Amino acid sequence: MSLLELEQLKLRHGLLEAVRDLTLSIEEGETVALVGANGAGKTTLLRAIAGAHRPSAGRIGFDGADITRVPAYRRVQMGIALVPEGRRLFPALTVEENLLVAAQRRRPGRWSVDTVIEAFPMLARLRGQRAATLSGGEQQAAAIGRALMTNPRLLLLDEVSLGLAPLAVEDVYRSLDNVIAEGATVILVEQDLTRAAAVADRVVCMLEGRLVLEGAGSELTREQITEAYFGLRAKPEVQA
Amino acid sequence: MTWVNDVIQGIMLGGFYGMLACGLALMFGLMRIINLAHGDIAVLGAYLIYVVLQHWNTSPFVAILPVLPVMLLLGYLLQRLLLERSLRSGLLVPLLTTFGLSIVIQNLLQQGFSPDVRSLGAQAGSVATASWQITSQLSISAIGALTLGVAIVIFGGLQLFLSRTGPGRQMRATAQDPDTAELVGINSKAVYARATAIAVAIAAIGGMFLAIRSDFYPYSGPTYLIFAFEAVVIGGLGGSLWATLLGGIVLGIAQTIGGQINPEYPVLAGHIVFLLVLLSPRGGLVNLRRVSA
Repeated sequence: MSLLELEQLKLRHGLLEAVRDLTLSIEEGETVALVGANGAGKTTLLRAIAGAHRPSAGRIGFDGADITRVPAYRRVQMGIALVPEGRRLFPALTVEENLLVAAQRRRPGRWSVDTVIEAFPMLARLRGQRAATLSGGEQQAAAIGRALMTNPRLLLLDEVSLGLAPLAVEDVYRSLDNVIAEGATVILVEQDLTRAAAVADRVVCMLEGRLVLEGAGSELTREQITEAYFGLRAKPEVQA
Repeated sequence: MTWVNDVIQGIMLGGFYGMLACGLALMFGLMRIINLAHGDIAVLGAYLIYVVLQHWNTSPFVAILPVLPVMLLLGYLLQRLLLERSLRSGLLVPLLTTFGLSIVIQNLLQQGFSPDVRSLGAQAGSVATASWQITSQLSISAIGALTLGVAIVIFGGLQLFLSRTGPGRQMRATAQDPDTAELVGINSKAVYARATAIAVAIAAIGGMFLAIRSDFYPYSGPTYLIFAFEAVVIGGLGGSLWATLLGGIVLGIAQTIGGQINPEYPVLAGHIVFLLVLLSPRGGLVNLRRVSA
């Protein structure tokens, strides 16, 4: 049984169909990169998995349970954590408070303020600082740390490298590699295709709300992904 | 020396206004709800204390003890049954809801207790009348000092709750970003209900002091709502809690000094200071813009 099962999922923003009849399953321990152009529906999809966007049709299954109607805060308790696009730390709370606030309803597990700081050493000296004063890379590390504090079984990462300096991206991914190596199930949205293919076991490409290409990160060629990404060929390899 | 006296009286009066404004500021800061029934809720608290005193010959300071849990529960239900549903339809609907609630409370109080003017000053005993004469021009009333003291304890306690405890941290996180708060496991509806419960209970404490200091009748609420609202705005909308107490104190001082200039002026002087703060470029107006952004 897969950890996450999306069946015929339909997501709307008002009249706009952001995701159309998407079916996808993710196995426990897998790392999946979700790629696609702006507006392909990646962020909406992640938000729907986390419970922040209510599907207009379809089903979301997690660990065998139907969670389509379960509110976001309960999904956190079940083990789904989203690192939202733009980091979205609580600006007036300190780094430590940002971490602690996520620990209130967490599942049992190894992550705590101390282990998060171990994984993201740059946070050590920022513990007592307000999140608003952090640099982009530091904020991203804190945002990932905050999600880890809930001890997730499924970690959703939305554009963790967006707006970061190349060195900061390196830092963030180096820390993420450790998390992934420990066997966490991860879905990440990443614009950098090379990095996406390198980190992920499987690459899934979306175009205008549909799944257009899916394959092992090591097997897909850059050309295949680029074609699917821009919809250069009308013949989708995988019809959802 | 009279001016010194005015300022001191104003500070103590400000403690009273701050107490009334506290719950209003909490609900606005967290949910962007302007609770137009806040004054009436304070008056409702005064009436509940009045009911307890009819069955139990004691002081209002004791009679409020059974009233507080009732008010906490009423606040919780108010959020869960009325405001939570209203909030789904945008920010204007809760405003209308609380406006309607204000009218309902006033009319129910009139129905239940008649329009008679009442006061709990007599039952409060010597605290209501005692004062310390410092000089011939300067005296400090016991009830004034007690009001300010209780206000400081309430604001300090609430500040400690918000900054030091887990539920307080959740409240601050939800105030800053309710959407993300849900994503880290916070049930924002429960947080809102808890905050409204606290706000309503604090309003009842304000209602008790209102009933001891002066008199009340079913339609007293709106007057005190205006003072509380002015205190919140002078302190800076959505700012820190202490700023709200400070806003109350500024309003209190303005009113006593206005009263010194002419006995007809206290309320007018308060309104003028409120308007000046609202119009000043760095005052309330800036905060209003920031909040609506």
